[in-house]
Amino acid sequence: MGVRLIFKNEVLTAALSGEIDHHAAREIRGEIDLTATKVKPQELVLDFSDVSFMDSSGVGLVMGRCKLMQLWGGKVEIRNLPPNIERIVSLAGLNQLCTIRKGDPDETNE
Amino acid sequence: MKPMNEMQLSFPSNSSNEAFARAAVSAFVAQLDPTVGELCDIKTAVSEAVTNCIVHAYRNTIGTIYINCRIYEDGKVIVKVRDRGCGIEDIQKAMQPMYTTSGDERAGLGFAVMQSFMDRLHVASKPGKGTSVILQKTIARRPAKNGQ
Repeated sequence: MGVRLIFKNEVLTAALSGEIDHHAAREIRGEIDLTATKVKPQELVLDFSDVSFMDSSGVGLVMGRCKLMQLWGGKVEIRNLPPNIERIVSLAGLNQLCTIRKGDPDETNE
Repeated sequence: MKPMNEMQLSFPSNSSNEAFARAAVSAFVAQLDPTVGELCDIKTAVSEAVTNCIVHAYRNTIGTIYINCRIYEDGKVIVKVRDRGCGIEDIQKAMQPMYTTSGDERAGLGFAVMQSFMDRLHVASKPGKGTSVILQKTIARRPAKNGQ
């Protein structure tokens, strides 16, 4: 459970994992914001490949990061949404706030 | 109709118990042989209800959260999540999508998610006394394994 951050070519990728609820979101938010405010990336990629569960606290997490990135004109992209999380993402209309991209199977994992 | 099985839980409103609560309900409901999707819907709704107790009902304190779960022969699941917290002044307003009293990091979608992921949602609340949320969903029955 948590987040792994990679900063490369002005893109900050946050590889999220485990269950994202109100409890976990607090910690993830802290880690992303600490790095994001330091490096001010042009793009923040939230990679959901290893996320097994998400409730509306995860929606709040995405919305809050979109707001943060707007401070310096950056964008947010959601990647690799598992099918069971797609429903809450579309219910929340997150596609109006950020880009939702289907998986990128050629990308190296490590 | 009498439930075929029933369970009760009570636990303090620590945010670390959110995962425990939804996992416990999910493990109990598994007796009805739900699909992964049905189970995910119930887990998400329970998580929303429990998070409301932690974030709103017991805002600056730790109180007890009570869960009662009943399952029925016809596949019906009833989950009741109850607290003795601050209560809700205006339930209609609280249930509006995007309405939140907790600032930027909350989406204000808790009730909207419960409503759309379950078949029925009932909320009763008394300011100063507490809130109870009743979630209901029927798990589709699949053909019996032994044939008939």
